[in-house]
Amino acid sequence: MKTKTMKINKSHKFNSFDFITYLFIIIAFIIVYFLLSGGKLNNQQVGWIIPVCCYMTMAISLNLTVGILGELSLGHAGFMSIGAFTGVVSYIAFSEAIPNTVLRVVISMIIGALMAAIFGFLIGIPVLRLNGDYLAIVTLAFGEIIKDIINCLYVGFDSKGLHFIFGAFSKKTAADLKLADDGIVIINGAVGVSDLKLPSSSIAETIRANAKASGTKIKASVAKLEGNTVMFIIGAVLVLVSLIIILNFIRSRTGRAVMAIRDNRIAAESVGINVMRHKMIAFVISAALAGAAGTLYAMNMPTLQSTKFGFDTSILVLVFVVLGGLGNMLGSMVAAALLYILPELLREFSTYRMLIYAIVLIIVMLATNNPLLKNFISKICSGIKSIFAKKNKKAAVADNISGGDNNG
Amino acid sequence: MAKILKTKMVPVPSKSIVPERDIDKKPVLECHNLGIDFGGLRAVDSFDLTIGATEIAGLIGPNGAGKTTVFNLLTKVYQPTRGTILLNGVDTAGKNTVQINKMGIARTFQNIRLFNNLTVEDNVKIGLHNSVRYTTASGILRLPSFWKKEKYAHERAMELLSIFDMQNLGNWKAGSLPYGAQRRLEIVRALATNPSLLLLDEPAAGMNPAETADLMETIVKIRDMFGIAILLIEHDMNLVMGICEGICVLNFGKVIAKGTAEEIQNNPTVIEAYLGKGQVQ
Repeated sequence: MKTKTMKINKSHKFNSFDFITYLFIIIAFIIVYFLLSGGKLNNQQVGWIIPVCCYMTMAISLNLTVGILGELSLGHAGFMSIGAFTGVVSYIAFSEAIPNTVLRVVISMIIGALMAAIFGFLIGIPVLRLNGDYLAIVTLAFGEIIKDIINCLYVGFDSKGLHFIFGAFSKKTAADLKLADDGIVIINGAVGVSDLKLPSSSIAETIRANAKASGTKIKASVAKLEGNTVMFIIGAVLVLVSLIIILNFIRSRTGRAVMAIRDNRIAAESVGINVMRHKMIAFVISAALAGAAGTLYAMNMPTLQSTKFGFDTSILVLVFVVLGGLGNMLGSMVAAALLYILPELLREFSTYRMLIYAIVLIIVMLATNNPLLKNFISKICSGIKSIFAKKNKKAAVADNISGGDNNG
Repeated sequence: MAKILKTKMVPVPSKSIVPERDIDKKPVLECHNLGIDFGGLRAVDSFDLTIGATEIAGLIGPNGAGKTTVFNLLTKVYQPTRGTILLNGVDTAGKNTVQINKMGIARTFQNIRLFNNLTVEDNVKIGLHNSVRYTTASGILRLPSFWKKEKYAHERAMELLSIFDMQNLGNWKAGSLPYGAQRRLEIVRALATNPSLLLLDEPAAGMNPAETADLMETIVKIRDMFGIAILLIEHDMNLVMGICEGICVLNFGKVIAKGTAEEIQNNPTVIEAYLGKGQVQ
């Protein structure tokens, strides 16, 4: 009996499922790191890594809106695109102010996240007053609006600073930016970003230059690998930081209030929870993380158009979330990784690729809803839990022996 | 039949009655001429009620009399069409449900409304939302204030759950609790918001006689422990007559009788409302 109370007392400090989530992701990243830095992956596989990190972050951030807040958002790619384009602009704009590429990427990500958060807040004001299907449709509309706005946006940078023009109502071109001679066009309307010098190759160049300065020579392929590895570490850190933010949020006072609103809005109001405020907090955090993921995504693409972030991408991420389980962060991340890689693996089927992809989706959906399989999985889970519980019990017993006097 | 409580009721200036011990204290709730119309229907009309600071009051009436509507008016789920509600002497006009809760009214629901996917402990902690505060940022960054406040919230939640002897159910999902326990958890959650007036909407619905007897004791215990007023809607007359000091009878949205349990039991209008004419000779 005593051990039982001790266990309950500790429950607010330690959540075994969160622990498994962190453990699983960290182990997965370590494996990928060694595969990557050991040169075991081919070019195609190296190309998957950053998008996978990015979609994992997207999936858990959307899961915060759909699984925890309980509102279906169909415009999540909009925040991703805000993050992507803001990130690219600040990455280029800071190229002289911050010579260190890694630092510049991180700062661009933060700026991308902030911008997405601001838009999340502005969009949230009208959207979060709605419920259910209406909210879903309006987020869809805002996602498309963001896409179209960026489609008409021209951004250039020269020694005087940033230049913006918005060419929705009259025919404009990049020449209308009136850049100085040293100016560069960053976003060129519908053409989007082109010829972005990727951070991974900048890092590779720096490594080679440093090596040259110290008198040794590094092969171009080795330096490229180093650059990719550094970018992977940035991506992995982004996923982990997002995961920590979301899981800590869920286990805090605000997160509980958000889940209370999801479960029963009327009851939540009756215990004094400000519904609008808490919905907004969750929505903005979700948008900000999507923005950071978008920046990371853009950092891996030499060319980028706003049409990339349309309805398709929103639905793709939603599929990750639903397939991984609403509110289940580990599931979303695993689903994101597998479902991103699967169509890539199916490329040899060429035209039948998406057909097979769709069939696999249907089979997985049916399988995960199968009661037999569910029982099997829950048995495995409880088995794992009991292993952890045993360890806890031992610790609790030890605690009891030392702290037994206090309990009477 | 439970024994009838003998509390001497005394009149206060607003022509209502409160228990004698509360005469020097400000009444927790005063409603004057409260009313609401739904289109042409006068769901509640000229509703007057005064509840003493530590009174257990009952609101009874046949089905559809407007009892739950009164609760919804008091908690501002509906904004009243007419009348005033004074809570601890403060006018509540223009306030919303959240503000009303912060001002000191907590309620339970006729059809249980728990946060079903959350644990019992989390349900109570959500009740503590406004009394145990820390910022979202310190929650995400796990600053010291998070640990301190969470520890306190945990202890407080367990303390509140122990009123109903539910401290061992802390890790259960609220939705998987048995019916009676869900009702009790709702009361605990309402108490967690630190109210001065607790509204219970049919707390004994679906309970067996033994559970109801337990509940009666607990309601009195809660009143004594927290020193708060309780207004309850109930169809179980054993419970109402057993613990309610002042009883208000509602029919067709109007107050038809007010008084102590004894007075209500012998009131011909009340008997007529419940049983109809002709039955009583």
